[in-house]
Parts: sequence; C-alpha cells; structure tokens
Amino acid sequence: MDRPGRLALGLAGLALIAVTGCSSGSGGDTVEAGGGSALHGSVTVLAAASLTETFGTLAKQFEAAHPGVTVKLSFGASSALAQQIDSGAPADVFASAATKNMQQVISARGATTSSNFAKNVLQIAVPPSNPAGIAQLADLARPGVKVALCQRQVPCGAIAYQVFAQAGITVKPVTEEADVKSTLTKVETDEVDAGVVYVTDVRAAGSKVTGIEIPASVNASTEYPIAALSKATNPAAAKAFVEYVLSDAGRSVLSAAGFEKP
Amino acid sequence: MLALLIRAPWRGLDRLLSGSAGLTALRLSLECATAAAVLSVLLGVPLAWVLARVRLPGLGVLRAVITLPLVLPPVVGGLALLLALGRNGVFGRFLYSSFGYSLPFTTNGVIVAETFVAMPFLVVTVEGAIRSADLELEEAAATLGASRSRVFTRVTLPLIWPSLLAGAVLCWARALGEFGATITFAGNFPGTTRTMPLAVYDALQTDPEPAIALSLVLLLVAVAVLAALRDRWLRPATTP
Repeated sequence: MDRPGRLALGLAGLALIAVTGCSSGSGGDTVEAGGGSALHGSVTVLAAASLTETFGTLAKQFEAAHPGVTVKLSFGASSALAQQIDSGAPADVFASAATKNMQQVISARGATTSSNFAKNVLQIAVPPSNPAGIAQLADLARPGVKVALCQRQVPCGAIAYQVFAQAGITVKPVTEEADVKSTLTKVETDEVDAGVVYVTDVRAAGSKVTGIEIPASVNASTEYPIAALSKATNPAAAKAFVEYVLSDAGRSVLSAAGFEKP
Repeated sequence: MLALLIRAPWRGLDRLLSGSAGLTALRLSLECATAAAVLSVLLGVPLAWVLARVRLPGLGVLRAVITLPLVLPPVVGGLALLLALGRNGVFGRFLYSSFGYSLPFTTNGVIVAETFVAMPFLVVTVEGAIRSADLELEEAAATLGASRSRVFTRVTLPLIWPSLLAGAVLCWARALGEFGATITFAGNFPGTTRTMPLAVYDALQTDPEPAIALSLVLLLVAVAVLAALRDRWLRPATTP
C-alpha cells in the first residue's frame, strides 16, 4: 500500500479506538453502592409500548429528583424487548406488559426478581367517524369489518385472542401490528375500522379515537412487572428507578393514565 | 451472510421450514416480487424511453421524481403511499368511495409497495441502455419503412435486451427484500401481506431459530436467481 493509503488506514484505526474507548465509559462510573449518595450517569429503560406516556412523565420526574441522572427510554413490544435483552442489549431496567415476557428474561438470567406495578385491560378503539358502526365486541366478527390487532406473541395480541375465545367469537384481523401503538396508529389514521388496544392507549389518544367498552365478564387483563436487570451498567440508578415506579408518586402517574392496581 | 451460514440450524432446518408459515410467506414473496417486476417492466420501459428520447422541458424533474424511491427510506415510501392511496388518502378516498376497495391490507397493496421501491432500478438501467443504443440503427430501420412500433420491437428492444433483463432481475430482487414500505402500507398478516422479510421480523420476536432458517431461504433464493443470470444472456444482441 502506498504512503497516503497507509496513513489513512492508521488514522482510521486510531479514530476507531478513540470512539470505542469513549463510548464504553458511558453509563458506568457506579462506585456508589446506593445508600442515599448522589446517583449519576444514565439509566436505560426498556419499556412496553403502552407505557410510552406514563414512563415519559416518570422519567422526567425522576431526572428532576436526581439531577445527575439521565433516563434513556426505549419503547417497543414486550416480546421484542425481551428478545433484545436475551441477545445482550445493554439496558438497566425492563418494564414488561406481561409476566410471560419477564419470565423469559428471568429464565435467561437477565434479571433475578421482578415486581408488578400495574394492571391493564383491553378496549376497542374506533376512528371518531366509526365507519363500520361498531357498537359492541361481537361487531368485530362481522364480515367486512377491518380489525387491527397486535401480533399474537405481543401481550396485547395474546390477551385479545383470549377475549375473543371467552366471548365465543372468531375475529380475522386484516393486520397484526408489531406493538400496541402501531395498532392504535392504524385506527387513528382511519385505515381500519377498529383496533383492540389497552384502555390506557385509548385514553392517551384523546379525541383521535373513540373507545368502546369490552364487558368485564369477557375482558382479559395483563399484569405489568418491572425489574432491574442483572447486567445493568448502572445498578444503583436502575434500582432507584424501579423503586420510583413502585412508589406512591409512580402509582399516581399510572392511575391517572388509567392503569389499575396490580 | 457468512454469519447466517455459520449459525444456521442445518439439522433442524426441514422441521423449521416445513411449518406452513414459512412456506406461505415464501410463496407470497415470490408471487409479489414477480408481479412487481412485471408491473415495473410494463410501466418502466415506456417511462425510460420517454426520459431517454423525448426532448421536453421539465423532464429532469420527472426523472428526479421517478428515481426518488431509490434514496427515500422505504418506511417513508410506505407512509407516502398510505397518505396517497390509503382509505383516507388523497387519491385512495375516491377509490374507496367509488368501489369500496382500498389497497392497504391486500396482496395488491404489497405489489404496489414493492413496485414503488423497485421500479426506479429498472427505469435507470433501461434509460441508460436506450441512451447508448445506436440511434443510427433505428433511423436506418425507419428509412427502410419500418413503423415506430416495429422499430421498437425489432431494433431497439433487442439492443437494450441485456440491460432490460438485468434491470428486471435487480428490480425483482429489490422487491423480494422489501420490508419497510410493505409493513407500513400493506400491513402484516399471514397469507395476504406477510412476505418473507416480515415473517423473519415476526419470528425474530419470539425465537431466533426459525428467523435464521427463513433468512437462509431468502438468501439462497436470491443467490440462485442472481447466479442463474448467465453471462451470455447479458451480452448485447448486436449481430442482426
């Protein structure tokens, strides 16, 4: 290789070392073992999509209470997040929309214990214009009605099919979305006639969708567990964040959004 | 790709793939990609001809618009399609109010999404070929009394044939691998819209093994087609 080529290669190599050296130091520095001393660094929270609004609020409140800490949030389907954690994604806290996905993480030694912090039930969401005239659960099984559901392995999809089984109806969706917020978006954009999402999502969407109750006798609920992960790079802040979510302050934010007590 | 081959669950492969989900997705993918390629050829060749041969102001803009999907992130393309052709879309609403039909959540929607992202490949390739095709040969045919369509089919087409074929195969391969536009515009449901890339994405969320198996199939199909594109078919037909 000629001189300029070798020089470029050497510089690129140096740059690469510098970048990896810098990035590996972030989020760590946890010399403190908790016990009230100032927390700092960043804490990465992987949370179910249905927790988007509430965890956004809780993160801001937590950061206000602990000025040295930055909370990094990543939302998605609990099944996908559990898979990411199992594959080694760097995270400090996992908040799942179903105990099944948390169990998967615990079995893979990603976490040791978890605590349930909320419960959620399903509701039917329709566009404000209600093009298919949905009035009750059985209407979803009508031929020609376009229903959006979550994929079966995603918590909201799993319990939606439970609800249909309990109600004795067969619903054939036109699409199975990756997480509950994608399902909600399909309803908001009036691409489908109805979607089955959580009560909290209908509430969060405000006037963009109309909610139709599912009778409590056939409705299914799901428990939300939260855990600090074993491989957390900031275990002190992770533990503190989990405690915050479980505290009265956390409870009030969650119930205001429509989550039930666990 | 090497990692895929190394980590592939070779022993349990037939068990993983014989599940109908994988085969359904594969069949759907092949059908849609082929349909998209055919549609791209039918629409793209005339477009390429116009871009190469017609001299009108504003054609530069047309070329930019046609090749835009090449640089547009596929999800953005899918969103654009939704805003245009969705049930509430700018044009889609007329389709819906007149015929009660909307493209999202249908297999035709998948074909439209794939054509949208893959057609530019064909147009760019064919336009280049038409531009470099010897005009004198076409003019000679015309002076000998051939009609315009005869000139096109008997002179131009054989000249650009290798590029057309290469462009069509490229277009097919791009359509086969399309994910973002498909999942955003057409949705995700087994049998109608869950193509192979979507099936891999779906499988990945529960268990990597079937996902790896499906990815391997997609990889092998793509390699097989591209390898089958033999060199002698790509040589221009310059001998009359």
